This record gives sequence, C-alpha cells and structure tokens, in this order.
Amino acid sequence: MIKIKNISKSFGDKNVLDGISGEFVKGKTNLIIGASGTGKSVLLKCIVGLIQPDTGNVFYDLRNFTEAEKDMKSEIRREIGMLFQGGALFDSKNVEENVMFPLNILTKMSAPEKIERVNFCLQRVGLEGINTKMPSEISGGMKKRVGIARAIVNNPNYLFCDEPNSGLDPQTSIVIDELIMEITHEFDITTVVVTHDMNSVMGIGESIMFLSKGHKLWDGSNKDIMHSGVEELDAFVFTNKIMKRLKTE
Amino acid sequence: MKGFGRYMIFLGSLFVRRETFMTYYKLTLEECINIGIKSILLFVLVSTFIGGVTTLQTGANLISPFVPRFIISNVVREMTILELAPTIMAIIYAGKVGSSMSGGLGTMRITEQIDALEVMGINAASYLVLPKIIASLMMYPLLVIVSGICALLGGYLVGTLTEILTPTEYVYGIRYSFNEFFISFALIKSIVFAFLIASISSFKGYYTQGGALEVGIASTQAVTASIIAILLADYFLAYLLL
Repeated sequence: MIKIKNISKSFGDKNVLDGISGEFVKGKTNLIIGASGTGKSVLLKCIVGLIQPDTGNVFYDLRNFTEAEKDMKSEIRREIGMLFQGGALFDSKNVEENVMFPLNILTKMSAPEKIERVNFCLQRVGLEGINTKMPSEISGGMKKRVGIARAIVNNPNYLFCDEPNSGLDPQTSIVIDELIMEITHEFDITTVVVTHDMNSVMGIGESIMFLSKGHKLWDGSNKDIMHSGVEELDAFVFTNKIMKRLKTE
Repeated sequence: MKGFGRYMIFLGSLFVRRETFMTYYKLTLEECINIGIKSILLFVLVSTFIGGVTTLQTGANLISPFVPRFIISNVVREMTILELAPTIMAIIYAGKVGSSMSGGLGTMRITEQIDALEVMGINAASYLVLPKIIASLMMYPLLVIVSGICALLGGYLVGTLTEILTPTEYVYGIRYSFNEFFISFALIKSIVFAFLIASISSFKGYYTQGGALEVGIASTQAVTASIIAILLADYFLAYLLL
C-alpha cells in the first residue's frame, strides 16, 4: 500500500498541488484522474521521487520515502516499476536488452535466468519473438507493452503508469488497460495509473482519485463515479455524448 | 555563477551511489569506441591537411637566403605540438563528440529515459556521464598523439612534394632543438580539454528541458561553452607551465 499525506508542490508562483492526501491500495488498479494540467503527472513524480514535494510525505508500506536517506530511497526504488508516457525505452538497446536492463543492474541472476525471465515477461505482454527488434522498429502500442515488460521484470511491489494510453488507438488502449489490470491482480502489486481517458476510468478504475486545479476533490471507484455529485468531476466525466446519454438513461 | 555552481554539484553527483566496476567498465569501453575509434578518420584527415597547409604557409613566409629551410619544419613541429594537435583538435572534438554527447543526453532527458533510470534507483548522472568522461580522458590524448603524427606527416608530404624543402631538411628541422617537455605539455592540455569538453557537454545535455528544439539549443550551447573553456584553459596552462 502507498499512502500520501498532505503533498504540496509549487513551481515559482504556480501552486500545482495543494495538500493532497490519499491511499493507493495493494492488489488494485488505483487511478489518478483529472483534466490536463491539474497536476496528475506532478503528483506521480512526487510519489516516485522524481520531484521533491514542498510539503508532505509518501509512505511505501509505512516506510517514509520522502524523508528517507539516499540508500533507503534507492532500496525502495528498486521495488518500483514504472511505465512512462512514451515508453522511455533506451534507444541504443534492443527489446531484450531493454527488458533485461533492470535485471543486469539490480540483480545477480545468471545469464540464462535473465533470458528466461525476459522471455516470460515478453510473453506475458504478448510480445514473444521480438527480442532483437530495436525500439525504432516497433509500434507505439508495442513500445508501451515492452515498457510494461521492463517495469514488471524485476517483480516490483509497486507499478506506476503515466498516461499509458496516450497516443494509442482505442483498441490498443483497451489491451494495455486490461494488461495492467491483469498484472496487478496476478502479481498482487500496488498499481497507480495516471490517466484522463474515460475508457480507462470505467474499465480499470477500481480505486480513483480525482484532481482538479491541484486539489483532490473526490475519491471512490468506477462504480460510483457517475453519481459523485461533484460538479468538476461531472464536468470531466460527462464531456462526451456517450457518457451524457448514459447519465440520462 | 549559478550555472557554475550547478556544474560543480553535477560533477559531485557523478561520484555518489555508483554502480559496480564491471558496469562502468563495459560502458566505458562502449564510449571509447564511440568517442575514439569513430573519430580517428576525421582527426587523421583534418590534421594531415592542417600539417600540409601549415608547411606551405610557413614556407611562403620564410623562404629567404638568410633563413635555413629546416626552420620551416621546425616551426611546423612547434605549432603542431603546442597548439594544432591539442587545441585546434579540441575545438573539432567539441564539435563532433561534445555535441553528440549533449544531444544524446538531451534526447534521453526529454524522452524520459533518464527518469526511467532514476526510478530504477540508478544514479543516472553517474551511470551515463562518468563513462563518457573516463572514455574521453583516455581517448582524447591518444587522438592528439595520432593527430600530431599525421600533421607532421602531412607537412612532410606537402613540403617534399612541392619541393619547399628536402626530406633531409624536413627531418632535420623536426629533430632540431627539440624540447621534450612540449610533448608532456600537449598531453596535459589534452587531458584538461578532454575533461572540460566531456563534462560541460554532458552537463548541458543532462539538464535539457523541453523538446527537440531545446536539444538542438543545448548542443549548440555545449559546443560554445566547451570552446570558451578550452581557450581559457589553454591560456592559463600556457601561462602556468611554459
């Protein structure tokens, strides 16, 4: 479980996050949603330590990550897998080397063990047989799946996904969403997904935190998001015709 | 001053939370190939021509019944060892290798590859930059030696083919009144320049923010800042050591 307490962050005069608190539950896909520019990605970066929050703390299973020493931070980070918006695959390495990278750096596994683990993860994301392809030779959706394989290769306890559907067609988006949810349940990990895609919200939003203008306005699940009674959330949810029709029905 | 302070903090960050020796060993070898082996052709070409042109121009200025011809190759030698091989080549090195380092790191930054390393608990600055600096420190002095030899050979070819001076005169001039310290001086300069180019270019690339346009700007800034640093260091080293 990940707990955040009173996270605030400003850039110059701009207050991006203002006292955000909440919990991300183990074994569930936890979504952080909101319109563009509401501070979702900044919050995610504060949680994984890429940005130092001005105030507040992040706890990974009761371990205070924000105030931890560098060694402790490194230790916690080694339990983290992260899927970045563009995949963030290393251009100079092929698919196999990309997925194997965390194992090379963080473990003392033998070469055959590493290969076996990499192949298992690639198979798990439906990408067997593309080991020697370079990132430039594969599609956006495949890059995301390789990114997921790399994120889970070292058996993380925490999985973070920053807008996993951005730039993907609706069909591939659903594949990626389902994959994230399956992996979360299968490996019983704490998954946090930042998204503004309503298909994802309705599809995999087992636990949802809604942000607006740097404030947390609502939390709940996809089952009760339609009846939140929060004006800003309604404005976010019922933007397209299908959702509007669903509401009236 | 703020930029200089950030540069010093950046240098300090290279030596904390390091990875294993073998990790750096492999990365440094890769960088040696990228930096050194792939630059040899350019260095050979440029320095051979510069050596040849220097001989021609020195000859044009010094051909006189009162000046012995071997002085031409003597001047070419001094210019090559003291300035052409370490300093002029450093400017070319900054343009080729420095811009590539900066561009590569800048692209890694904007495509979140550096963030990916940090999230894995890896000190990205140390992992990515330290091998580049070590490889640069190893390869640039070798490139300077190759460059010096090629410049002198270029001078020999042009000098003898155009009959400005005979092969015997050229070799005599090269050996005449030789100060061995100049070789050490050139190598000291090459080590300082190698460090400046690799560290400044990496610093500029590592902290790139924005998109493709900013990566280009960072590369340009890296080359400009490296060249200024080279010229300043060149002056101070000459002042202190000669």
